[in-house]
Amino acid sequence: MTSGERAPAIEAVDLTRRYQLEGVAVDALRGVSLRIGQGEFAAIVGPSGSGKSTLMHLLGCLDRPTSGVLRVNGVEMSGLSESRLAELRNRTIGFVFQSFHLLARTTALDNVALPLVYRGVGRSERRARAAAALEAVGLGHRLEHRPSQMSGGEQQRVAIARALVGEPKVLLADEPTGNLDTRNGAEVMAILDRLNADGGVAVVLVTHDQEIAACARRQIHVRDGLIELDTGSAR
Amino acid sequence: MRGREAFAMALEALRVNRLRSTLTMLGVIIGVLAVVVLVSVGTGAKDAVEEQISGLGTNIILVVPGQLTVGAAPTQSRLSLADVAYLRRVVGDPAKVTVSLQSGETVRVGRTEAFVTVIGTDQSLTGIFERPLAKGRPLSETDVDTRRRVAVLGAEVATRMFGDVDPVGRQVSIAGARFRVVGVYATIGQTFGLSRDQEVHVPVTTAQRMLGVDRVNGLAVGASGPDEIEPLQRKVVDALTARYPGEKFSAVTQTQLLGTIGSVLGMLTGVLAAIAGISLLVGGVGVSNIMLVSVRERTREIGLRKALGARQRDVLAQFLIEAVLLTTIGGVIGIVLGVGGALAIRSFTEVPATITWWSIALAFGVSAAVGVFFGVAPARRAGRLDPVIALRAE
Repeated sequence: MTSGERAPAIEAVDLTRRYQLEGVAVDALRGVSLRIGQGEFAAIVGPSGSGKSTLMHLLGCLDRPTSGVLRVNGVEMSGLSESRLAELRNRTIGFVFQSFHLLARTTALDNVALPLVYRGVGRSERRARAAAALEAVGLGHRLEHRPSQMSGGEQQRVAIARALVGEPKVLLADEPTGNLDTRNGAEVMAILDRLNADGGVAVVLVTHDQEIAACARRQIHVRDGLIELDTGSAR
Repeated sequence: MRGREAFAMALEALRVNRLRSTLTMLGVIIGVLAVVVLVSVGTGAKDAVEEQISGLGTNIILVVPGQLTVGAAPTQSRLSLADVAYLRRVVGDPAKVTVSLQSGETVRVGRTEAFVTVIGTDQSLTGIFERPLAKGRPLSETDVDTRRRVAVLGAEVATRMFGDVDPVGRQVSIAGARFRVVGVYATIGQTFGLSRDQEVHVPVTTAQRMLGVDRVNGLAVGASGPDEIEPLQRKVVDALTARYPGEKFSAVTQTQLLGTIGSVLGMLTGVLAAIAGISLLVGGVGVSNIMLVSVRERTREIGLRKALGARQRDVLAQFLIEAVLLTTIGGVIGIVLGVGGALAIRSFTEVPATITWWSIALAFGVSAAVGVFFGVAPARRAGRLDPVIALRAE
């Protein structure tokens, strides 16, 4: 993807998303335009119900906009089939969720290797890359542990390793510190910051917490389905 | 995603929910077990009957008045000994035609009594039917001509009446009349559930006098080879029809009897298999049910997998393979238990159970098909889940 290298990580033009809730149309997004460059660290901030989660689902290609154009790493998503969209998620986007979303009875190593399963990577290579990703988040000694044997902070670091193992362009972190205490939260934020600085992956943080959002180099405030304030790209 | 990965994932999911997987499989296990056991019992019964029929002897044509159909009451006979003599002339060899007149009678020796089938027959019987003697001699032409009160006992009658004593030369009372035992047949077993070792053979003329009739129940004609059966069959029926115009006579061969009974028992086996198949179907519904529960329970997991790049068909494959694994593992266990059960039935009961390879292959094939059929709806539901909604699920 030579064009992808130069294209912004995310480019959204006038995105809207309308839901039908029991027959009533709800406009979760009412025209959002946004550009996040390669390697940027941005936070989408807003109270609950502001539309920030809807925006994150769209940016993560988990959902399709009602109207508007969305390009992820230069790829226009509107024309893609379900399986092409899955492939785009697999190769371009890494997710970190508030509640970790680890498979409970699966070891850290296999949890981290999961995205590579859907990419058709062989078992030994998968395990090697998963081990390296766990090493990168400081869990090289926890490879065979199950989620229940780890602290919340460790679980979220496993989830970050899983998001990174496929070498995505964009890491979408949805309230990554929401279920963690201050110390573990700070540690997770430090890891995200380091990965962004060292690895060049664009990080998009979705949060309602101003303090967490302040860690990012750019803040995008969302309210009532619109961007209220964008501190702008540093680059 | 590669097939091996999907397979490993499905196996892991079954292993994690071990108790539930086992209980779900149990339905399939019972279904397959029932198919294998019932089909082998049905097939065994068919084999046994066919063996009994061919055990009668070879190349035998049974002649009875009227139309012979399985299940219909026999027509009142009008055949007499004169007809036997007539057929002997038609066939050309007296030793190739024999006769029977049957009646249930009480046999007594001292205080021992038994109710047996008394068959009036003649000297040609042992030349046509497979009827080896253990002791003494068979009925002779003189016995028949002079209406001697002599009897040849079936093996079981002899043991029951005389125990270890040699019955030959001793007296036995049949329907109140005294007979002298001249021979004892060797054990030959059952035909159609009737023990043929419980028969007592007496000269047909003696039987006619005892019963006060001059008819016989039926005739049997022996052909000298398989090729002769059909022409001889036609010849006998034509001769009897010529003698009694407007009446019907039937001549059936073992092959025809085998065919009729074989098809009846084949149908019975089919019905048994169908009943067993229904239980397999119920097992399949159980699989469908548990897969739906499993999809619901793992909604978040499905959402996560999709977020990580699983396509609809990856998720579908995972759940479908899980369902098929459930039914095929259940199927294999059912087959093993079914074969064991059939072997146990064969060794511990009188029921002859024959294990057939086709029933095993069918049971396995059907259980795999049940997995696909009942697994596809839950698997599609899983594949189509919206990742956003699935990730939010409780």
